[in-house]
Formats: sequence, structure tokens, C-alpha cells
Amino acid sequence: MSTSHTSDYHAALQHRAQLYQRIRDFFLQRDVLEVDTPLLGVATVTDAYIESLPAGEGKWLQTSPEYFMKRLLASGSGDIYQICKAFRKEEIGSRHNEEFTLLEWYRLDFDLWDLMDEMADLIEYLLGVHHFEHKSYTAVFEECLGFNPFTITLSQLIFEAKEQIDIEMPDGSRDDWLNLLMSHVIEPQLGQDAPVFIYDYPPSQASLAKLGLDESGLEVASRFELYYQGLELANGYHELTDVAQQKQRFHQDNLQRVKMGLAPMPIDYAFLQALEVGLPDCAGVALGLDRLLMLRLGKDNIEQVLSFR
Amino acid sequence: MANYSTNEFKSGLKVLLDGDPCSILENEFVKPGKGQAFNRVKMRNLKTGRVWDRTFKSGEKLEGADVMDHTMEYLYTDGEFWHFMDPDNFEQSQADETAVGDCVKWLKEQEKYEVTLYNGAPIIITPPNFIELEVAQTDPGLKGDTAQGGTKPATLITGATVMVPLFIVIGEILRIDTRTGDYVSRAKG
Repeated sequence: MSTSHTSDYHAALQHRAQLYQRIRDFFLQRDVLEVDTPLLGVATVTDAYIESLPAGEGKWLQTSPEYFMKRLLASGSGDIYQICKAFRKEEIGSRHNEEFTLLEWYRLDFDLWDLMDEMADLIEYLLGVHHFEHKSYTAVFEECLGFNPFTITLSQLIFEAKEQIDIEMPDGSRDDWLNLLMSHVIEPQLGQDAPVFIYDYPPSQASLAKLGLDESGLEVASRFELYYQGLELANGYHELTDVAQQKQRFHQDNLQRVKMGLAPMPIDYAFLQALEVGLPDCAGVALGLDRLLMLRLGKDNIEQVLSFR
Repeated sequence: MANYSTNEFKSGLKVLLDGDPCSILENEFVKPGKGQAFNRVKMRNLKTGRVWDRTFKSGEKLEGADVMDHTMEYLYTDGEFWHFMDPDNFEQSQADETAVGDCVKWLKEQEKYEVTLYNGAPIIITPPNFIELEVAQTDPGLKGDTAQGGTKPATLITGATVMVPLFIVIGEILRIDTRTGDYVSRAKG
């Protein structure tokens, strides 16, 4: 390693340590408890677009601490946060690593807007930025692409996407085409001046978020994402607490997996049981700390902020 | 040929896309917050030379293309084809106008070229980065102009026209950078 590489490398280590320290200060001041949950579980996510890394017979490295943390919430833990590793198979690129670091936290009786406010406070504390923007999913599509993502017909959507991107996706769903445009055309433009919260996603992209109504009475997923300088930093939900709906989403995921030629995943019954006991009304969010470090240090490749890759 | 998945798309890999051989230049993994992951791939169509971005769903597979680079010696043209020979086994291949493309202006007999073969037939001829060629035609430089470091056009024996210093005369051998078409120096020796 050259001298400049070594000093860059050490700077990244120091900034990471400082970042964790400041995060812990932030949550200490707000009386949120730091917790530690297993990285190795007998169940894992069912999402058709997230692959878990198997770790021995019937065990999986967790793709997020979400299920374990919700089990703590259901057991009466109160507000909690965690800094931990998460693993996602074959997600490797300039912004992805199979093993990465998350900050995840949950707040009781918070709605999506309360959580976005707290996230803004944290980002202000960590990065020193003072101004934030908020845009609905609909508004950002209208602004960047000139159409409403909820009302556009599928054939028009495909036409609009193919105008900008060379791709063949004969089996692409409406969400696949929306995600394509989001990641290829919209995302690179997002948050160039100030961090921007995108909220009110299509119900089909709810994942583990509650459904709600927007100002116009349209059904939306109570989910937000935070973008800054073209990087997706965080994904937050007003959490789904309804056990029947959660079960149904797990089964839908597995049906979709089978349709896509993927193996169905074991359902996390301990998590479902916790929902049955009762997950308190809460909002939760996961923030990618490696990407936050990339922004803080002005790096454009995730490997520049990792100790090893 | 083997099939390659998007996570195996490394720079230099040759694949078949819509029946054409293509070379992978760059591969970027792109994933929105939730949902389908994609690979945005910069590729070159080896038949047309076109470079563009193509997006694949992550995990999609493409068939590998039987593309190989060989160093071959240029022999002659019969007007329709340009003939090359493998100096190791004396096997000959003929390249058509599309394959020769812009390289035609750098073709000199007995010089060695990089010949890209697709299913055994040449599809791209690449000249060496530097080549030495004789000046076939250029106007005499005017006296007194040398101090200004001015240039003038010169036509080489292969037909290429390059800008050269005013002191260059017909019959001289020049060293040319084929990537830029720039004069480098007089050939040594």
C-alpha cells in the first residue's frame, strides 16, 4: 500500500469510529436503548429480490435485524437501536457489498413524519447539513419524468422506460419498470443540493410498511427513502402490525419466488408469533452506514470506506 | 459456448447479444431501495463498433461468444477482401470492408495487425499503436517557416493523410500514432 493509500485507509477507520460514537451519543440523549440481536437465524427474509447467504444447515445470515428487533419491541423493550452487520448475497458493486453495516432504529408511537424528522436531526448531527427536502413518490416521478406513476398505463410506462433505457424485460411487472426508472433515471438526480425524503410509495412496494391514505385519499405505503447526492441512504416504514396481513405478504413473497424459479424461504414463525402477541404502534428505519461514510469522506466506491474487501 | 450470468460480466468478456458478438466494457450493479436489481452494462458491439449502455435484470444470462484475438500479418488485397496470415501456422484469413474499416489507411504489407476472429472469421482489424510509413506526397516546405514549427499535410503510401512538420520531404519514413493519426517523429535508422 502506498503512503497516501495507507493514510486514506486510516482516515476511513477513524471516521467510522467517530461516526459510531456520535450515533451512540445521539440515541443516548434521546433515551433509545442500544441492543444486539443475532446475525445467525433459523429463518430469514422472504422478499423475492433479497437473497440470504446460507450459513450451515438450516441457518441464515440475516439480511437485516428487523425481525429480531420487532420481537424485542413486542416483548416490551421500548425504543431501540442497533449498529450491526447485514448480509445480502451477490449484491456487489460500487455502492454494494455482500456484508455491510446498518444502523436500524424503532420508535414507539412515531408515524412516518416523526421518524423523517428524527432522521433529519441525526443527519444534521452527523453531516452538518441543515436543509432537507420532502417529495412524494408521485411528485418526484412527475418532476423527473413527467408522468404519474400511480395512474400511467403499463404499456405507456414501458414505452417511457424504453425511451431512456435499453433493456428487454418481457416478464417485467409494473413495479419492475417503476424500479428501473427510479434506479436509472431518478436516483442519480436526487438530493444533489440537499438530502431528500421520498415518501408515499405504491402499495405494491410496501414490504413491511403499513398502508395508509395520502392527502388526496389515494392508498399508499407508509414508507420513505432518504437520498443524498444520488445515493440511497435509508428506508423507513410506519411498521405493519397486523399479523394476518404480514402472513399474507410472506406467502405472496414465496409464491412470487416460486414463479421466478427461486426456492421458497422458511417463514419466521417466531416473528409472526411476536406480531400476534402485539407489536406496538411504531416506525422504524435502516440507514446504510458505509454509504454515509462515503458521503462524509467524498468517496465514490464503497470499498474505499471498508477495512477489507 | 458457456453461459455467463450478470455477476460474471467482467471487463473483456465476449458475449452474444441479439446474435451479435459484444465485448463487456463496464458493469455496474444497480438496485433501488426494494425490488428488482439490475446490471447496467457498457458494451461494444464488435460487428458495428457501437458502444452503448444496456441494462439487464441481475441474474440474467448471456451466451459466451467465440471471439479470439490473433496477431496476423497483412498480405495483400484483391479489391474485395484483405488477406492476412497467421505467421505461426501460415493459415490465411480474408477480412471484408466492414472488418477492415478505418484500419484500411494503415495497412502495410508484412506489418502485423491484431485480427479479431468471430467463429473463425475476421470481424475487426486493429493496427499497432505505432506504425512506420513512407511519405508518398507532400508540398515542399517553404524556407524560413521551420522556426515557426508550422505543419502541412502529407499523404502516406497507404493513403492516410497526416499533418507533418514543414521539413518533411517525399520518400521519408515517418512514425505515426494510429490511435490519433498524429505524426510522432522521423523513423530511426
